[in-house]
Amino acid sequence: MSGEVSAEILTTHLLDLASKGKRLDGRGLDEYRPIRIEPGFAANADGSAFVHLGDTKVLCGVKLELGKPFPDTPNAGVLTTNAELIPLSSPVFEPGPPTTTAIETSRVVDRAIRAAETIDLTRLCVTPGEKSWVCYVDVHVLDHSGNLIDAALLSAVAALSHATLPRKRFGVAETDTPLEVVHRPIECTFVRLGDAILVDPTFDEEKAAQGRITVATDETGRIVAMQKGLVGAFSPEDIKEVVERAFQHGDRMRALAQGERR
Amino acid sequence: MGSVGAKDVPILMTPDGRRIDGRRWDELRPIHIVAGPLRQADGSAFVEWGANKVMAAVYGPREVHPRHLQENHRAIVQCRYNMAAFSVDERKRPGLDRRSQEISKVIAEAFDSVVFAEEFPRTSIDVYIEVLQANAGTRCAGVVAASVALADAGIPMVDLLPAVAVGKVAGEIVLDLKKEEDNFGEADLPMAMVPQSGRMVLLQMEGHMTRDELSKALDLGVKGCRDVHEKMKEALRTRYTTTDAGAEA
Repeated sequence: MSGEVSAEILTTHLLDLASKGKRLDGRGLDEYRPIRIEPGFAANADGSAFVHLGDTKVLCGVKLELGKPFPDTPNAGVLTTNAELIPLSSPVFEPGPPTTTAIETSRVVDRAIRAAETIDLTRLCVTPGEKSWVCYVDVHVLDHSGNLIDAALLSAVAALSHATLPRKRFGVAETDTPLEVVHRPIECTFVRLGDAILVDPTFDEEKAAQGRITVATDETGRIVAMQKGLVGAFSPEDIKEVVERAFQHGDRMRALAQGERR
Repeated sequence: MGSVGAKDVPILMTPDGRRIDGRRWDELRPIHIVAGPLRQADGSAFVEWGANKVMAAVYGPREVHPRHLQENHRAIVQCRYNMAAFSVDERKRPGLDRRSQEISKVIAEAFDSVVFAEEFPRTSIDVYIEVLQANAGTRCAGVVAASVALADAGIPMVDLLPAVAVGKVAGEIVLDLKKEEDNFGEADLPMAMVPQSGRMVLLQMEGHMTRDELSKALDLGVKGCRDVHEKMKEALRTRYTTTDAGAEA
């Protein structure tokens, strides 16, 4: 197929550019695409955020319901993260059960939210063993132009940061209160192209990549999650380097995610 | 439908003929259409219709998947209408429920009636509709978005496909129901019309109406579709006059 031939040529070109410290879209190797966040995009959600990361577009909606805590954690609420890679967002996604890519994306994002203790789940408990809040974080990918993991977590953290506990709707109290966000994890994803390590890969850079690595950091200086993906390898030095870079990008992105509360 | 706490029926029509949001019986909610907001899709459109927000993307004509659906003399039109889990009051389980599957089917059939499918044998034209925020009339907003997306993708069609719902609220036939009117009204009649012929390629109805009311509802729907049609053309004009100003888009 001609598609495969052109992909081959593009890969060679991307590698060649990277060896000179350049990228196809003119960015530096350590530069993110422009980020724009629109909180409150979906009014029927209890919290939402539309994230533009260059041409990548994701929408996260948070819904809170009263439910039952899990038997093994009777004093804690429930948090579920789900990322849908719907066929609307890219010619490479087909309808049907989630692919391994979708499952990986969803789980890497969920892990960062959970490990960073983004939400204090014990605060979501209403009556131990009987009643607690269930927090659903649903991420919808709308335009897949690369680096879904970073965009998905950014939208989730932004949506949670602007979410409301719908106490009135469930008849628990007279007024709604803001959902308390304790920590704000940010994931930064890097790919290897030859000897170069690029942050925030585009779709084509991901396809050409010789290894991908994601680092999740929080505002207290903790690394809360990591994930190496695709075929390829990173040395311990590479890993230390990307962790440093992840902290630097993380602080800036966290401020964007937090924004100003409505 | 309905929300968690049981609520009393709101006042749907004031004595001087104002509806719950102040509209007259024959008024549409505000509609804003953006053609081509997505990069990956061959064509796309975003529609804000009252409090509805709907994104549509079109891919194709491309290889048929699954393969056995392929037809040798024409393209097939496939549609996936899906609601985001957070698009409604009570969280919806992700994925296609029976309602979404039915809507997907009637929308696919509506578009199959207007595209020149014979021009692309052995291919599929895939239409994806994602409801991001719902407030009654999402299938109509979805059809409008998908139709603009098809045009944006350059798929040859007989015409654009405007859509609107007409309903019966507090005994009156009204245009373009919003959520409260849909929940507490007596009838809902969504339709999609080919403007050139004035024929309906999508028509559903739920509730009860007399013959006279139905006739009035259809007339009102035709008028509503014509207004929506203008907005669709406007969105496409905006898209292609701004981006064609420079080099080729």
